[in-house]
Formats: sequence, C-alpha cells, structure tokens
Amino acid sequence: MPRRLLRDHRIVVDDWRYAGDPEIAAGAAVPGTAVPLILNFAVWLTERARWEDYGGPLGVLLAPAHAVEQLAPDLARFACVAAEFPGPSEGRGYTQGRLLRERYRFAGELRATGHVGRDQLFFLARCGFNSFELPEAELEPARAALATFSAAYQSANDAGLAAKLARR
Amino acid sequence: MYRYDAIDATLVNERVAEFRDQTRRFLAGELGEDEFRHLRLRNGLYIQRHAPMLRVAIPYGLLSSQQLRVLGSIARRYDRGYGHFTTRQNIQYNWPKLEEVPDILAELATVEMHAIQTSGNCIRNTTSDHLAGVAPDELEDPRPWCEIIRQWSTFHPEFTYLPRKFKIAVTGAARDRAASLVHDVGVHLKRGPGGEPGFEIIAGGGLGRTPIIGQVVREFLPREHLLSYLEAVLRIYNREGRRDNLTKARIKILVRSLGIEEFRRRVEAEWELIKDQDGLRVTEAEVARMRGFFNPPAYRPLPDTDPAAGRETAFRAWYRYNTTAHKIAGYRAVYVSLKKPDVAPGDATDGQLELVADLADRYSFGEVRVTHTQNLLLADVEQEQTFELWQALAGAGLATPNIGTLTDMICCPGLDFCSLANAGSIDVAKLINERFDDYDYVYDLGEIDVKMSGCMNACGHHHVGHIGILGVDKGGEEWYQITIGGAAGADASLGTVLGPSVAKAAVPQTLARLLDVYVEQRHPDERFLDTVRRLGVKPFKERVYAAPAAA
Repeated sequence: MPRRLLRDHRIVVDDWRYAGDPEIAAGAAVPGTAVPLILNFAVWLTERARWEDYGGPLGVLLAPAHAVEQLAPDLARFACVAAEFPGPSEGRGYTQGRLLRERYRFAGELRATGHVGRDQLFFLARCGFNSFELPEAELEPARAALATFSAAYQSANDAGLAAKLARR
Repeated sequence: MYRYDAIDATLVNERVAEFRDQTRRFLAGELGEDEFRHLRLRNGLYIQRHAPMLRVAIPYGLLSSQQLRVLGSIARRYDRGYGHFTTRQNIQYNWPKLEEVPDILAELATVEMHAIQTSGNCIRNTTSDHLAGVAPDELEDPRPWCEIIRQWSTFHPEFTYLPRKFKIAVTGAARDRAASLVHDVGVHLKRGPGGEPGFEIIAGGGLGRTPIIGQVVREFLPREHLLSYLEAVLRIYNREGRRDNLTKARIKILVRSLGIEEFRRRVEAEWELIKDQDGLRVTEAEVARMRGFFNPPAYRPLPDTDPAAGRETAFRAWYRYNTTAHKIAGYRAVYVSLKKPDVAPGDATDGQLELVADLADRYSFGEVRVTHTQNLLLADVEQEQTFELWQALAGAGLATPNIGTLTDMICCPGLDFCSLANAGSIDVAKLINERFDDYDYVYDLGEIDVKMSGCMNACGHHHVGHIGILGVDKGGEEWYQITIGGAAGADASLGTVLGPSVAKAAVPQTLARLLDVYVEQRHPDERFLDTVRRLGVKPFKERVYAAPAAA
C-alpha cells in the first residue's frame, strides 16, 4: 500500500519521495526524471548544481539545527519544505515553520516528519504546517486532533482562531 | 481579579477533554511511557516517589475564596487532606490517583482553574508580587500585565517544546518580592525618560545546578511592545538554547555563553522584525480591558489606627510580624502563616483552606493571595478587624507570628515526596524549629531568610537565602551544605558556601553558631545579611568549624 499522509485536512497518498529512499537510491529517480523529490538541505547546499535542472518538483528536508535564513534565498525552487522532529522534545521546527510562512511567505507544502503525533498537530498547524507524516493508524485520529482547540490566545498562522480573540 | 469569558472557558474545557483522552490512551497502552510523560507534564502531573504529584496553577498567586474552597475540597476528596504551596505561587497535591486527574482538572475548570503548563519544557505560570495593588512602594499594579502574559503564553504554538522550562516573574514595586532576578525573564514595570509607562526586561537568571543572577536585556521597553519583546526572547532561546544537555538547557546558560551584549543584539534584531505585527502589539484598549479586572475593591474611608495598642502581647507580636502596610489608610495586608513549627512549610489542610476562604469573604473582599515564601495573604483587611481575624486564624494554627523571621523558612518537599531529592528538608525544618523556639530570640535576630532545598535543583531557592541549606547525599547519608549571604530581592546575590557539609543533626547547631557571630558583631539595626556582606564569610566559617557541632 502506498504511504499516505495527512495534508490540508485530507488523508492522501504521499506523492513525494525522499532522495535517501532505497528505491530512489537504486536509481528509480535520477536527474532528468520527474518524481517529486525531497533532498536533505545539506545535500542541496553541496550538490546544488546537480539538482538545478531536475525535471520534477523539488522539496527540501530541514534538520532542527538548520537556519531557515540560509534556505530563504532558494525557497522559490522548492514546492515542499519538510521539517524533521527527531525526538519527542524537539521544538525548533515550530519556529522554522512560523518563519517560513510569516517571514519568507513560503506558500508550498510545509511538512512535519519524524517524531510527530496527533498530540502535537494542533500546535504544528498553528505554526504553518499543513502536512504531517504519521503511521497509517494515526491518520484519522490525527485529522480529528487538528480541531482539539477552537480558539487561541496568540496570532499565528491561522487568522481564524486569533480573530475570535480580537472580537471579544 | 481576572474572570474567564467564553474563550477562556472553552480553552480550559477543551484542554481537560484532550488530557482525559491522553490519559485513557496511556492507561489502555496506546501511548508509551515516554510519550505520555511529555503530555502529562504539560498538565502539571509528575510521577513522584510515592504517587503522582499534581501541580495546579495559581496565576500570579491570586485566588478567589470560591477557588480556594475547591482547592480544599480537592485536597479532601482526591488527596490525603492537604496541599503544598510552592515558591512559584502554585499548589501541589502529593497523592492523587493518575486515573482521577482528568476529573480533578474538570473540577478545577468549573472555577476557572487548571494545571496547564505547570511543568514541562514550556512557559510556566507567571508569578508576581503578592502585595500587587496594595503595596505602598508600588509604581503600578503588575497583575494586568501578568494576565496579558498568561494568555499569550498559554498554548503558545511555537514555544510548547522549549529546550527547558521557562519562568517569568513580573513586579511593579521598588522591593522585589517575586525573586524576579532569578527567573528566566524578569519584567519590571518602569517609567521611561518622559514618564511614559513601560518595562525593564531582565533575562538569564535562574537557580538550580548553576545559579545565575539575571541581567538587563533592555533598560526600557514601551509597554505596547511587551509581547513582541518576549516573543523575540523566546524565539532566540527556542532556536539557540542547548538541547544536547539537560543541565545546560536553561536560557541562563545561553545568555552566559553568548554574553549579555550578543544575546541582546540577537533579541533586538529579531524584535525589530516582529515588533509591529498586529497580533503582538498590546493595544491601549487591551490594557484598559485588563486593568478593569483589577480595579481596587470598595474600600471604606477609614482612619489609620493602631489596633495593637492595649492588646495582649501575643496579638501585638502577630500584628507586628504577620501584617504589613497597605497603601489605603485604615487597611492592612495580613499574612496567613503556613510555617507552624510542627507542620511542613507551605502545607495547608483542607479545613484550613476552607477556613481561609471564609475569612477572605468576611474580611478581605473574597480574595486570597499565595506568596513566593509559601504563605497565604489576605490583602485588604480593615485594621480594626485584624484582632477578630487573628483569633480566627490562631484557632486554626494559622497565626504563627513568624513572617520574615528565621522560622518563616522556604522549603521544598525534599526526600519525603520528591523523587529528585537527595535529602530531607521537612524534617530539617522541624529540627530548626525545635532549636529556635524562643520567640524573643528569633525576634531579636530580625529579618532572616532561611531557604532550604533537598537537592541541587534548588526548588527551595537555597542559593538566595540569607542562610541557604542544601541537602546532599554522602555515602547514602543525608548531609547539608550551608551557604550564607544570598538574597532574592532587588539586591539579589548568591550565597557563599561556608565549608564542608554538616550532618542532619548538626544543622541547628551550625545555624546557632552563625547567629552567635551575627549577634556579637552586628551594628545597630543591621540585618544578618548586611553583617555577612560587611564581614565576609570568614568569621562565620571560623566559628562553625572551630569545634565539631554537637547534635
């Protein structure tokens, strides 16, 4: 069964592949083909020339320590930015998300990957994430978890929730 | 005080539902121990030595009598009939059952209370001056700003998984009664060069393993920018704070390693980019709305009197030590001492909580405050009613006349409850109380802050005690390291370690020797702290280690 994820509140087949996936490493996607492909940011920085002419959509995977400022000049080249959450206490991705959306106006897919569960989704979504990689069995509960709270005290990436606050 | 509207109530109820489901998943085996730990901590739930411990938030220490009654009722029905007040103005229950915690949270929600973000690596309960709004030395009531910060920090989506916990204290008076210089961020209400209202922002203070006094990040911040500035500080911390080593993860370590100038430069650069964002600007309308919740109660025009005149000695002592000046003529702020010699410092029974609630209704406009020093306060008592109030408090063991004295100790739960502790603290407090049971002597010593922690995490703030006591484990035995010369106020300083640690039984004797030096050497009206500052540690050290302490 193809891998599915939660994107824009819908459970859909993930059309993206990571450059490190075994099938990709085996040559199923090489420059010149068109599989939507997510590169490690470190790979992009060192092998950028090789990927400049890639025929399909490109995405980029940020580690928590990566500064979005460094990615910003190239942002237009990417249709997807994935932020990695290596463990349950990792929180830098939340800032990466907000900066990408609010400061650099990134309008493509912003994806959370790694140690992400339904209990984090509401907050991730408020930071601008619109796609979430989760185990298949978690997808449906995770979709419901996006509506855990119906209001918010802070302005973030969801005009709706904060607008409620402004009206009181 | 602040009252919930539909939005606040909705959020708290939705949180209860969320945590109820998380607890169910954990008990059903759907959530692992580690996954659940991160979630339960965000709801104040620790797993302790004997049982779970639930820490309930008391925003900036302010309670209505109705809320206090519910805290008492929870202590009776879900705990063993008492609660423990902390240095951060919260209350802890030591014996709840995990499966009942969602029900406790639901009951708290009915009186506009919760346990949100009382632990875990997130922004904790904002604390403040327990004399807010009544202190004669106050520039402005800090509580509207505390509530503004409370709302901004509650469920802040970006700062829910910080490198480590983050504590903010806000004060608006000349005397710092909230230990703001040993908080991650201290916010001081201040006037600008043209008299305009704003803040001084302090960052990088903290206790624990590496105690550091906070430094000034910004000398003056116009008040509309408070939230954008805090957001900039938190964003720099979230991005750059260390996550590889738990003991180096607090913001104080980041500030120290960057240096205050570089830290300031980074914060200011970030702030420049966000300070004009709509949602972050605190509008005049919002300030006015929040202030409306903290209007002064309906004080009666009263003359200043001396209610102690002609009364018995016991009342006079209590009045002198357990009440303090009020900015309105004819009123006093009255401490409810939770430092009875044979009771763990900061503990109160269900019955005491309910009695204080009743007394608040009768004598203090139905409000109660929790102090940083683990006592309660009735802030608005008519001077002429203090005698009646004293009688009621004394009848319930709540009138020990020791506020600000040696036996008004700050004390963590220690080895008796806490799974982090190396040594007991409650039993040492008891030993100290037994040794120093002569009030004339204690009063003669004047103002002394004794602060005690059962381990280096320093929940009992020992670094900033005039006398600090730290429990250490020495080959399986409980020993105590003594520091002197610490202070938590506007003149904050870290205590100096006296020398080798002493056995538990020798702690009172060690204190007695320190105090002997003080009594011999003090200048007239000089506090213990000031004598230590003047003389240095040497004479104290010499006396303490001159001969082995007898138990």
